[in-house]
Amino acid sequence: MDKSEKIALGLSGFMLLIFFGGIMYAAIAEDIEVPTCITDMEPFATDTLFQTGPDTYELQMVARMWAFQPSEIRLPVGSTVDLYLTSQDIMHGFKIEDHNLNLMAIPGAINYMRVTFDKPGTFLFACHEFCGAAHHTMAGRVIIEERSESAETAGGV
Amino acid sequence: MSTETFRFSKSLKNLNALLIIIPMILLFVGVYGGLMQTLFRAGIIQSDPFMGGDYYKGLTIHGVLNAVVFTTFFAVALANALIPFSLKKALNSKMAWTSGILMLVGSVMAGFMMLIGEATVLYTFYPPLKAHPLFYIGLTLLVIGSWVAFASYIPMYLSWRKENPDKKTPLAVVGMLTTFIVWFIATLAVAVEILFMLLPWSLGLVDEINVMLARTLFWMFGHPLVYFWLLPAYVMYYSFMPKLADGKLFSDMAGRLVFMMFVVFSVPVGTHHQYMDPAIGSQWKLLHGVFTFAVALPSLITAFTLAASLEYAGRKRGGKGLFGWITKLPYFDKEKWFFSYLIAGLVIFIFGGISGIVNASYQMNTVVHNTAWIPGHFHLTVAGPVLLAFLGGSMYLIHQFLSKPVKMKGWTLSVPYIYTIGVFIFSWGMMRGGLLGMPRRTNTGASYANPDSVLYQPDWMPYIDISVVGGVIMFIAIVIYIVAFFATVFAKSESTEEEAVITFPISEPLHDEPSTWLRNFKPFIIITAILIILSYTPVIYDVVTSTYGGSLPYSPDSPVPLR
Repeated sequence: MDKSEKIALGLSGFMLLIFFGGIMYAAIAEDIEVPTCITDMEPFATDTLFQTGPDTYELQMVARMWAFQPSEIRLPVGSTVDLYLTSQDIMHGFKIEDHNLNLMAIPGAINYMRVTFDKPGTFLFACHEFCGAAHHTMAGRVIIEERSESAETAGGV
Repeated sequence: MSTETFRFSKSLKNLNALLIIIPMILLFVGVYGGLMQTLFRAGIIQSDPFMGGDYYKGLTIHGVLNAVVFTTFFAVALANALIPFSLKKALNSKMAWTSGILMLVGSVMAGFMMLIGEATVLYTFYPPLKAHPLFYIGLTLLVIGSWVAFASYIPMYLSWRKENPDKKTPLAVVGMLTTFIVWFIATLAVAVEILFMLLPWSLGLVDEINVMLARTLFWMFGHPLVYFWLLPAYVMYYSFMPKLADGKLFSDMAGRLVFMMFVVFSVPVGTHHQYMDPAIGSQWKLLHGVFTFAVALPSLITAFTLAASLEYAGRKRGGKGLFGWITKLPYFDKEKWFFSYLIAGLVIFIFGGISGIVNASYQMNTVVHNTAWIPGHFHLTVAGPVLLAFLGGSMYLIHQFLSKPVKMKGWTLSVPYIYTIGVFIFSWGMMRGGLLGMPRRTNTGASYANPDSVLYQPDWMPYIDISVVGGVIMFIAIVIYIVAFFATVFAKSESTEEEAVITFPISEPLHDEPSTWLRNFKPFIIITAILIILSYTPVIYDVVTSTYGGSLPYSPDSPVPLR
């Protein structure tokens, strides 16, 4: 192999190592992770939201053709939510606008991610996996309010 | 041009012509579907004016015909021509026809089921959405047909190796065999999914299906599928492109190393499509992410080797200075029209590769997963370099097999450049919209892009409209291509012979290393098997142990299960 080819190969490998370093830094130092196996939770079929601490909540969310339950989530600014998601029928997808939360909702499995809402506003979540004829109408909103006494949801069971 | 030729019998000539012409018609149906998708997404149309049905039916047809059917046919057609030509051995006529007929019958079955709306499940056919059993059977026949073709190349390769123990296998043959080795390993996973899970469940022999397991098997196939698309394009880049530019391949060994790396790293990477999935441990997702970076390496080597080969060619053609050689390449030489298909694809692939590394980067996938960014990305890969190389290759093969002159050479030459402009505009719109959260696989025109809907998202609109502009330009380029292709097919033949005499522009290497350790596939296939077992055992274990219940089949039209 020509010397220049070896240099190019070395530099390419080095670049990929730097990228990998970035991933590890984000995972370890910043604790930004992807979903993992959830085995310590009972399967659920209805949605619930409850407070677990001063600014922390647990939300169990259900996706079904063609609605999320709850479809509207109201929380005060600064809330951190442990969000569990499952599907009652076929595959759905869930991503909250402007937030690092993106989950597949799959029947027979529970998905989990933690998200913090640190700015007020209304954030859309739209189903992002094809789930049949009315897939494009399957959406909801997270409403983060400046000051609020308690969290509430709407559009659930 | 090389004066080396190889003679194909009349029967094989007809078969290969068929394997190029029929998928071209199917490709055009899919491309028409693609144009309709952009119009649907912008809310310009609400139902398909010609084929009927909604966005999702069209999207299924677009994905299956363009990404699965057209690509598989082309890979077989190219191998059917290039392997006999390079090894100077005749193709087994019976096996070639068997493979061709299986593939045609399978594609027509799957295509018909999609057309009548009995298989609106998109090209990923995730359960528990259920398609008609004939859709799954059709796809199975297509795959089995390609296996038969692969099986016919193996004895040709082995006997050549026996007759030429001291020679290196021609690089083009190494590349085509790599294509089919990757394809064979990958399709084993989807064969298990279809034959043991989807088909019995779709026929009603079993009631329930494990959705996560099926999805995981799909992606065990679905990512190496990407390299099955890419590898024939790489074969053309390495073998043809330097020669077309009057240059030489910078390094023969780099090409061989690249193909072996694809054998090794193509499969243990599929979970990077499932970063956002439940029931798979994040540590195994990270492992697949590491292997995904490993499989980025051969593409980075390719970028260097091809650029170095083109620099050599440009300097030989009189290019001076650091960048002067770039201006000397035959971009607009009508006699070298094939070059434009390859160079335009390479330029597109720079951006396809960068966006691919973003997708592969573990947590960063959170931002882009299943947003419109993803189709933006893969239109810069499979609908960029792969499509253009396959279109150029199809035109070249049909011109060779039918001994007909390429018609409308000026237009043929300009297709890749027009298409490149279109795909850049289209993908930029999709990717930018995706970063705002616009979902993929979604008929936005009926909700998010409809001013009368409560879901209307005005900030997505500019990007949806931009993707329409790009889509229209891409469509125009393909229409020009199809006209030129059929003008060539129906042109007057230049030969009076019934048989076909084929030649290919095969590049010579500039640096020709012995690379003895890269001559045999066997050690690399063994490493591949070990990596697959190591990377997929824990994933399958997680999926099986942390999912519960099974799923009944559903139709896309109703939230009530079918039984």
